[in-house]
Amino acid sequence: MTFWLVLTVNSITFGGLLFLLSAGFSLIFGLMRIPNLTHGSLFMLGAYVGATFAGGLIGLQLNFWLAAVVATLTVAAFGAATERLLLRRLPGNQLAQVLVTLGISFMIADFCLMLWGGDPVNVLTPEGFAGFVRAGPAAFPTYRLAIIVIAVIFAAGLWFLLDRTRLGAMIRAGVDDPDMARVVGIRVSKLFTIVFALGAGLAAFAGIVGAPMLSVYPGLDQDMLPLALVVVILGGTGSLLGSFVGSILIGFIYNFGQALLPELAYFVLFLPMLLVLILRPQGLFGRIIA
Amino acid sequence: MNARFAALTVALAALATLPFWMIGVYYLNVSSQILFYAIFALGLNVLVGYAGLVSLGHAGLFGIVAYALGFLLSDGWGHPAAIAMAMAIGLAGTAVFAALSLRATGIGFIMITLAIGEILWGLAYRWISFTGGDNGISLHSRPAPFGYSMASPYTFYYTTLIMFLLTVVAMAIFVRSPFGAALRGTRDQPRRMTALGYHVWAIRFWACMFSGLLTCVAGILFVYYTQFISPQTVALTSSAEVLLMVISGGPATLLGPIVGAGLVVLVKTVVSGFIERWNFLLGAIFVAIVILMPEGLVPGTLRLWRLFWRKQRGARTEAQP
Repeated sequence: MTFWLVLTVNSITFGGLLFLLSAGFSLIFGLMRIPNLTHGSLFMLGAYVGATFAGGLIGLQLNFWLAAVVATLTVAAFGAATERLLLRRLPGNQLAQVLVTLGISFMIADFCLMLWGGDPVNVLTPEGFAGFVRAGPAAFPTYRLAIIVIAVIFAAGLWFLLDRTRLGAMIRAGVDDPDMARVVGIRVSKLFTIVFALGAGLAAFAGIVGAPMLSVYPGLDQDMLPLALVVVILGGTGSLLGSFVGSILIGFIYNFGQALLPELAYFVLFLPMLLVLILRPQGLFGRIIA
Repeated sequence: MNARFAALTVALAALATLPFWMIGVYYLNVSSQILFYAIFALGLNVLVGYAGLVSLGHAGLFGIVAYALGFLLSDGWGHPAAIAMAMAIGLAGTAVFAALSLRATGIGFIMITLAIGEILWGLAYRWISFTGGDNGISLHSRPAPFGYSMASPYTFYYTTLIMFLLTVVAMAIFVRSPFGAALRGTRDQPRRMTALGYHVWAIRFWACMFSGLLTCVAGILFVYYTQFISPQTVALTSSAEVLLMVISGGPATLLGPIVGAGLVVLVKTVVSGFIERWNFLLGAIFVAIVILMPEGLVPGTLRLWRLFWRKQRGARTEAQP
């Protein structure tokens, strides 16, 4: 019983991290029609940068949460620069844009390997979250519960941003019909930069928040990117609700898979994707994009 | 004789006599690598160039055949039976791959193939009891058809060359065939093709199968060449390398992927001799090619060449009157 309970909490925690990662991916895809293949790399980059600041850098040691903010802003700026300097040069050419993001992801992976080496970097659990919360016979690490709370706060925040603000309305208009949005005076190209920076920042934030749990290692990008892809294929692109439900679903499948069929954990992810592709190719909450 | 025929004759003669003038066995082996990677790239080009479907999961198909062959051989199967069975498994895998990824086209196709490729990689990496995980599978012998042992680099080169030439001929026939024309039609005008009564999905499916067949052939040559398979074979980097061969050389051309394969294999073998940062360079080349020469090296060079000659001729006609 305890085993199942702990596994369930772990699944929701991992699902929360996946949500932070895939919400940005889904938004970028929805607005710009680019599967941003750097997304796993941005997750890893955020984790490395955050870990470096949290662990101390030339006598400067930041509080974990401050380090997380620094990592988020750094990677968001990097994302915005990528969009402005590279993707912007290839308007309407989605294939070229995908290939550029793929190329950048290789460069980031090798850059991280060069700078931080091949050994995993461990990040200490932030102060005040190191203990356990007891609930009957089971004990849950406080930090995992904190991740769930963070993910829920971010989900609510993103929902508010997209559904209740002017910027959100413009982004939704851009997702639905970019040409029409331009006609009514929305600067869609500016939205591209904002959304790309937002998505990159979210991915980096997920990386550093997940670091005490997952640790940071070369190949983390390759582990996370397919998960984000499967979440988005499952939930449907451009849909926040889809990302949320997809993330929790994949969190469960992945964690239960790893506990019950460790060798095939990755393969079990295949099954929900298979079902969705056969029965509902646009994803659970997606609309058909022409 | 026209220039094209002459160039073809020279190229064929050079390839056929390559072991006699190539300096050193090392470069002979590099040539074999270029040839089987060219088969792989030509196979991917069927989808990327002629069908307009960009696959980022082809290393997964390559891996299915490679692992199947490795497993069957270490299970004690003979070479001919193992090759036939591995091909059958590879083609069955391709059929599943095609049926799933053809639920979408364009960007959706890229995402699904990428996800399938990554899941196959995860399987190769984690399913240790079957694939050996990171340790991979080692092979102990190459086959010896009709008594010619392929253990020597020379016989292996000629086997690869024969497969390569067969592939080039098959591609040339495919491009000129009604099927090739129909496939290009589904790339450019899928709706009109449907209106004309073509079964667009079926055409794409058979294009995937043809592409998968060439991938399987390349995969088998690869396994016998390295006599070792590891998850690296299936990784996204490998899919990206082959895609780079196609788009750097020039998609939808016969020569492009071959030139691209030569370029990537040479850069990779030469560069990895000096520095470890191959992935960084791979990424940088990707970005540079997409931004600077998006049509690929072969069409790009041809365009510059024609431009140059037209200018020359223009100068001459101006001078004459």
